[in-house]
Amino acid sequence: MPSSVDSRREPGVFHILRPKLLSARARFRTNSDRAPRGRNVVLGLTALVALGAAFVIAFRLVSYFKNVPEIGSLLAGKLLGVAFLAFMSILLLSNLVAALSTFFLAHDLDLLVAAPLDWGRFYLAKLGETVVHSSWMVALLSVPLLAAYMIVWDGGWMFPVVAISALVPLFVIPGVIGSAVTLLLVNIFPARRARDLLGLVTILAAGGLVLLLRLVQPEQLARPEGFASLVDFISVLRTPSHPLLPSEWASSMLMNWLTRIADPLPILLLWTTAGAFVVIGAALHRRLYVAGFAKAQEGRNEGVRSGPMGWIGRHSLGWLRVTTREFVLKDIRIFFRDSTQWSQLILLAVLIAVYLFNIRALPLFTGEQVPVFLVTLIAFLNQGLAGFVIAAVAARFVFPAISLEGRQLWLLRSSPLDPRAMLRSKYWVGMVPLIILALILTVTTNSILRASGFMMAVSVGTVLAYTLAVGGLALGTGTLYPQYDTENAAQIPTSFGGLIFMLLAIALLAAVIVLEAVPVTSYLRARQSRAEWSPSVFDVAAFVAAGACCIAATWIPIRLAAARLDELET
Amino acid sequence: MIRLRQVKKMYGNFAAVHGLDLHIRRGELFGLLGPNGAGKTTTMRMIAGIVAPSGGTVEVGGIDIFREPMRAKAMLGFIPDRPFVYDKLTGAEFLRFNAGLYGQEGPKVESLIDELLDLFELSRWKDELTESYSHGMRQKLIISGAFVHRPEVIVVDEPMVGLDPKSARLLKILFRRFVERGGTVLMSTHTLEIVEGFCDRVGIIRQGELAACGTMDELRQDAASAGAGLEELFLRLTGEHVEPDLDAIIG
Repeated sequence: MPSSVDSRREPGVFHILRPKLLSARARFRTNSDRAPRGRNVVLGLTALVALGAAFVIAFRLVSYFKNVPEIGSLLAGKLLGVAFLAFMSILLLSNLVAALSTFFLAHDLDLLVAAPLDWGRFYLAKLGETVVHSSWMVALLSVPLLAAYMIVWDGGWMFPVVAISALVPLFVIPGVIGSAVTLLLVNIFPARRARDLLGLVTILAAGGLVLLLRLVQPEQLARPEGFASLVDFISVLRTPSHPLLPSEWASSMLMNWLTRIADPLPILLLWTTAGAFVVIGAALHRRLYVAGFAKAQEGRNEGVRSGPMGWIGRHSLGWLRVTTREFVLKDIRIFFRDSTQWSQLILLAVLIAVYLFNIRALPLFTGEQVPVFLVTLIAFLNQGLAGFVIAAVAARFVFPAISLEGRQLWLLRSSPLDPRAMLRSKYWVGMVPLIILALILTVTTNSILRASGFMMAVSVGTVLAYTLAVGGLALGTGTLYPQYDTENAAQIPTSFGGLIFMLLAIALLAAVIVLEAVPVTSYLRARQSRAEWSPSVFDVAAFVAAGACCIAATWIPIRLAAARLDELET
Repeated sequence: MIRLRQVKKMYGNFAAVHGLDLHIRRGELFGLLGPNGAGKTTTMRMIAGIVAPSGGTVEVGGIDIFREPMRAKAMLGFIPDRPFVYDKLTGAEFLRFNAGLYGQEGPKVESLIDELLDLFELSRWKDELTESYSHGMRQKLIISGAFVHRPEVIVVDEPMVGLDPKSARLLKILFRRFVERGGTVLMSTHTLEIVEGFCDRVGIIRQGELAACGTMDELRQDAASAGAGLEELFLRLTGEHVEPDLDAIIG
């Protein structure tokens, strides 16, 4: 057998990552070539507006803090520390999930594991991939925040370099921790179970974080009057959240630079800790990866019973045609068996709890007589908030419905299933829980607000019509902008189509609110002058116009989606 | 039973299928052969109603599949080359869902599901999620899915990929029995041995056009290669009869 090669050179980290970089470049080029110019303009403008808004908020906040006498820099440092801590928490969670994909489930692993690759380079390449995957959005978000600090504190042209040297270790540390925890979990559970477990842990942790932040009420920090004395307040500000937290070192490093304090300790702590973590992570990888990867190839071998849900579904849906019924049952089963799907319900429950908690926390009924005007106004504006929540939930659960059929479309397209029947089934599977959620939100918040019968009726009617419309919009835009290749449903709403859906949903919400403001204002005027309210022609016309907007937003996208499905080729 | 008239499929400027005429009779087992990228899969997907032709007509049982898709598709069972199924459904649930798509349910369907799972030795895994199935098991599951609604026509793209020899043999017997009872099978494959001695007629497709069509004997006559094996015949008809310098590559 002749020698296969003349000389063998160990492939470096860059070589291992090269296919990813080339794929990313090809994807970018294909998108730029194929996507209509309008799409790029919309995406670019939306990103600019979002980043610009974040910058304006950060700038105003940091300017305000800087101008607070004596404690300005302390407050600004605290804010940066809190922001970095939030970043680190998010990164820890996203690295946990990303590491499972990059180290254990990615399609390129068979090729890489079979190749004579140095384990250390393999680890560094995969760690790099995990960190980039998990951190790019946080990195993007930190740009407006740090730009605000740079401008307000006059950080100078070197500030971006200092900021990058603080952020890199701050991103690497959670990457190493996330990868190591995933490695340990995969060694204990098979990868598929570990993915379920990780999904659940992530959602629970995220939900817990939101709830904690809400209950701790960080806004109290900005209200010194809540503390017993100024000394107490300042001492809270001076104390770091925890002296061993890398987020604290990063914020100290940046604040030292901005306030011209020469202290090399934070940067040393950051970089040495990150280096030490990478070494420990690599050692763990060397010891446990091979066994973990072998386990990750194992499937789940336990029977699944349809359980009471199957029986209830089969009997309560007996009135449906067999095709529709089987389709609905299939969607329900898949939803409740996929932890990446149902676990989002926990997060949703937490968000609703926070929402209701916030409404309850409004200082409205503290003993004094509250004007009807104020209650009605808040109840009316609450419709907008509830509508926004409904739109976000529809984006997460209804928008991906058609995309999730992606790989199985061969089956649906080759069967005599009418695409309209499929759309109807998808629509109602999403709509029933969404309507229940909308009604709970509206009725509960209006009851808490002690809104009048008129406002309750307007709110319930509006939220019902809006929910039906948002469902149509979500399903329609989800069909027109599908993501058939994405396996994770949670990623689908973050696509261009998801953005278009949210923009349309918000535009519809704004139209409905503006139109309904006409009759609500006339109702309020009548109440203030203690007269009986009888709707004018304009009031009725405004309600009719709002209803017409909702009907159009329900009907048109579904019609377009049906036409698109008729033409669909897979 | 399947008739294609001047079928064309364009992807931008590229013609994947170009003026294809094909007639497959009821009770016939027809094999479609061709080199990679010849347009076989596109043709199969057009017959299954998944991909719309840019020109021409596709009829199944005398019904245009794009004018009356519901009626035409009700007669058809399609087996794709890649066995994508719903990961979070069990094998039995997948087959039940499949039957439901064709409007079928009830005790007869349930017993057919059990029989099919038993036939392909999947009964042990019937209540397990398909995410734990091997490639071959998934392939067997979608083959069962194509039969679960008792179709008149089976369109199958690369049927033997991923199957063990026992299952491959079983599938051949199943297809043969199916055509003997009046069913029609159109299969595309790369495995020449399957086509030879198994299919009633063979079509060879090259660059989106039908290069040759007939029984094995007719093809041999066409290519003036009496006694030649199918491989030789295939290479001649597709113009791929080239021997590269393998020694230089292997070294």
